[in-house]
Amino acid sequence: MTAINQLFRSELKVINLGLAGFKQALDDARVPAVQVDWKPSVEVDPKLLQWVRARQPAIEQANAKAVKVILSGMPQLVGLERALDVIPGMKPDILLHAGPPITWDRMCGPMRGAIIGALLYERKARTPEEAQRLAASGAIEFSPCHEHAAVGPMAGIISPSMPVFVLKNEAHGNRAYATLNEGLGKVLRYGAYNEPVIQRLDWMQNTLCPVLKKAVAKLGTIDLKNLIAQALHMGDEVHNRNRAATSLFYRTVAPAIVKTCSEPAIVAEVLEFINQNDHFFLNLSMAASKATLDAARGIKHSSIVVVMARNGTDFGVQLAGTGNQWFTGPAEVPDALYFPGYSKADANPDIGDSAITETNGLGGFAIAAAPAIVQFVGGSSDDALRYTRQMYEITAAENNIYQIPSLNFRGTPTGIDVRKVIEKNILPFIDTGVAHKEPGIGQIGAGVLNAPVEPFQKAFEGFAKSLSKK
Amino acid sequence: MIVAGQIKKGAYFDSVTLMRVGKELTGLPGVADAAVVMGTKSNQAILNSSGLLIPKFNAAGDTDLLIAVKAKGAKAAETALAAVDGLLGKATRKTVTGGEIRPASLEGALKVLPEANLALISVAGRYAGEVAMRALESGLHVMLFSDNVALEQEIALKQFGRKRGLLVMGPDCGTAIINGVPLAFANAVSRGNIGIVAAAGTGLQEVSCIISNAGAGISQAIGTGGRDVKEEVGGIMFIEALKALAKDEQTQVILLVSKPPHPQVLNRIEKVTRTIRKPIITLFIGATTDGGGPATLEEAALQAVALARGQKPDEAARQLAARDEGLGKLAKREAAKRKKGRKYLRGLFSGGTFCAEAQVLFKNMLADLYSNVPLRGVKRLGDSLRSQRNTVIDLGEDEFTVGRPHPMIDYSLRNRRILEEAADTETAVILLDVVLGYGANPDPAAELASVVRQAARKVAVVCSITGTDQDPQNRSRTEMALRKAGAIVMPSNAAACKLAGQIIQCLGDQ
Repeated sequence: MTAINQLFRSELKVINLGLAGFKQALDDARVPAVQVDWKPSVEVDPKLLQWVRARQPAIEQANAKAVKVILSGMPQLVGLERALDVIPGMKPDILLHAGPPITWDRMCGPMRGAIIGALLYERKARTPEEAQRLAASGAIEFSPCHEHAAVGPMAGIISPSMPVFVLKNEAHGNRAYATLNEGLGKVLRYGAYNEPVIQRLDWMQNTLCPVLKKAVAKLGTIDLKNLIAQALHMGDEVHNRNRAATSLFYRTVAPAIVKTCSEPAIVAEVLEFINQNDHFFLNLSMAASKATLDAARGIKHSSIVVVMARNGTDFGVQLAGTGNQWFTGPAEVPDALYFPGYSKADANPDIGDSAITETNGLGGFAIAAAPAIVQFVGGSSDDALRYTRQMYEITAAENNIYQIPSLNFRGTPTGIDVRKVIEKNILPFIDTGVAHKEPGIGQIGAGVLNAPVEPFQKAFEGFAKSLSKK
Repeated sequence: MIVAGQIKKGAYFDSVTLMRVGKELTGLPGVADAAVVMGTKSNQAILNSSGLLIPKFNAAGDTDLLIAVKAKGAKAAETALAAVDGLLGKATRKTVTGGEIRPASLEGALKVLPEANLALISVAGRYAGEVAMRALESGLHVMLFSDNVALEQEIALKQFGRKRGLLVMGPDCGTAIINGVPLAFANAVSRGNIGIVAAAGTGLQEVSCIISNAGAGISQAIGTGGRDVKEEVGGIMFIEALKALAKDEQTQVILLVSKPPHPQVLNRIEKVTRTIRKPIITLFIGATTDGGGPATLEEAALQAVALARGQKPDEAARQLAARDEGLGKLAKREAAKRKKGRKYLRGLFSGGTFCAEAQVLFKNMLADLYSNVPLRGVKRLGDSLRSQRNTVIDLGEDEFTVGRPHPMIDYSLRNRRILEEAADTETAVILLDVVLGYGANPDPAAELASVVRQAARKVAVVCSITGTDQDPQNRSRTEMALRKAGAIVMPSNAAACKLAGQIIQCLGDQ
């Protein structure tokens, strides 16, 4: 019997691509039918599309390998050190920043402010004006955190004297670094550089870091993957909400701090600092994501995204299969809820390395786990579920450890495949904080946005071209 | 008047949603005209012709959304542009309920419904071929509603489908009924033992409705898209569908409907029909009949019904002759009501097959026949917007439908034309088709009533209804409402054409 005659004998089951009205008629006739929210692909050179399709088996194999590396990652906090002593390529006259490479003249306000603050903190300048002249002089080298196994939220500035968390991916041996979170309000990462900001940075260097360092040494290592998995079950997505993860971290380190620090006043200061900052864990979730994804770099023919990062001017993407090449396009201003007195007109374009969490299947990709912050996505928890569900369309895997309770503990969508982003025209969904476009004012809101299309278009084209090389 | 606009990068919406939003924008205070379209070259050309193209649109690509507003002042334009997001949100949100899973791709959909066996595709034509090929590769039969699919792509799809034994209905296949389920623009008809293959969409609707209304039923009704029987495609799916019906146990009578196939294709079809033992009725609308075959969709349908009941096919001719006897008297009465000088017919069709059938019938009845889609022996209309003497227009042609819904859905264009024709002092008869069923306008009687009432004061309004009482619009209710408005309602397009033609003949004799 031909397939057509078989169809005549079967129950009709329909996939409707296009006009939703046709699905309505099928529903009325009680015919099982699924409506596809169809969109045309992102425009790319059709020849490159063909080229990539023809090499599908090799790509699938490479992606399977990348996924295996990502899912098996075991990010652990192993210590705290001075940036200059541990970060590869760190030098006295270099400042690391968030996002893809950028020159002083193209930097946005918050990033310039943070650089001014970092130069004041390093005592390389005595006044903001002096710092600005120095930054513009070319005497200071600027380099992306991501090119130094590091990540930083918002402006993401890491200067040589700053203390950093040291993470080790126990499964693959690579390390990752991130600064310590300064808290909310006027802080360096939002471009503030006044006296209290510098004083806080000094305190973090001289008090917070040594205390935490001893406590972590006492504990040996802290398993961040396990901690993040628990936090997802407690309403965090560890990007815009870190309350549960910070609490879990606090519970882990507090006894060790008490045991290793002999001065009660300092113990109290340090514990209060962590306790008062719901986002203390953010830098750790970012570094854990970085440690996990860096292990998948350099897998030839893999179309999996290993970096999404913004510098407040450009949005950059890197792929597992295209080495250290950046694919960039203009960063966009997020849709956000603004703090009273501020509006979209005040907002800086998207900034920070924190989109590394989404790249690792957390943040916006796991927003269904964080109903408490769904007002950022338009109000209803159904919306959050839908956003997470949609991300499964563009990812290569479901996470083995990170799970969403409300999706019946389904693993979070993990491992963005740039081919799927292009073919389905679905852009990664990112949670984010919003910085004021002027330096020094700080955070003015929080919200969500879809990544811009241009970096992914370029990444796809760059990926296609990389396939032609032997 | 000022024209203002904006581009939304990478924002895709289906054209129906966009047209709805465009319509709502046009309804806002101070707005004279508005368009919300994807930024394709052809859409930009449409914007240009309606004076809505602004320079910045030149930079837009296929996947960018263009919003243009012509308004009384800057303020009205600004308000309208600001309203777009809300309208788009409303239009899409309605169809998305909380937990409902709406996959974004064919592969996503196959995860939700792994045992799916048919893909119904109505995405924009330039993408549709690719989507259809993916569906076939996944083992799905395809109904491709979209038009503007490249010919080479159609051939590739159908060759691939034939190899895999899969149906490829379309492109430009408006209607099909598979296992009793009406797909896209189709009617709710009874099931039975008559199988149909059609390369003519409204033709398929008409014969399936007439069969159902006559008390018989349909096993399968397979559309192929009009191009299938042309030389290039070679009738691939017409023949595959025919073979499948030949093997189908529920099908006892086969009915084939098409515009005349290319001679080579016809040869191929005939070669297959000779091997089939089931009775086959064939109607190639506009082909010169060598006697014996049916002359109209109505006759073809009734012949199939006769055969399905074990009667002889000429039973149909007997029935029709009896029915048509009464037409002469009615025609005379209607002719007598017309003012002096009113002597021409104006046929305004939403169904292309009906327009063709009308020409076949009128060729032998009326002199000076014009059309925008003339068959051989009919004169081409210089300007489709202006009728000449006896004119029949297919309002479903691209020249009328680019950028707006099909006239079976949106009656506004035809309604305007009805009033224009009625105002022409030479018009004696306005001939209309009214197509019911899924996908069509939800209440054609309400759309037409007021214009029919106005027109019927000056001219005879003759119309046919294609539909059944099971259709969402209900045939009987529609018929009653149209009669009440002053229309003469006939049971088929052929009958409506015959009456209309006879009225004109009577006027000529006076």
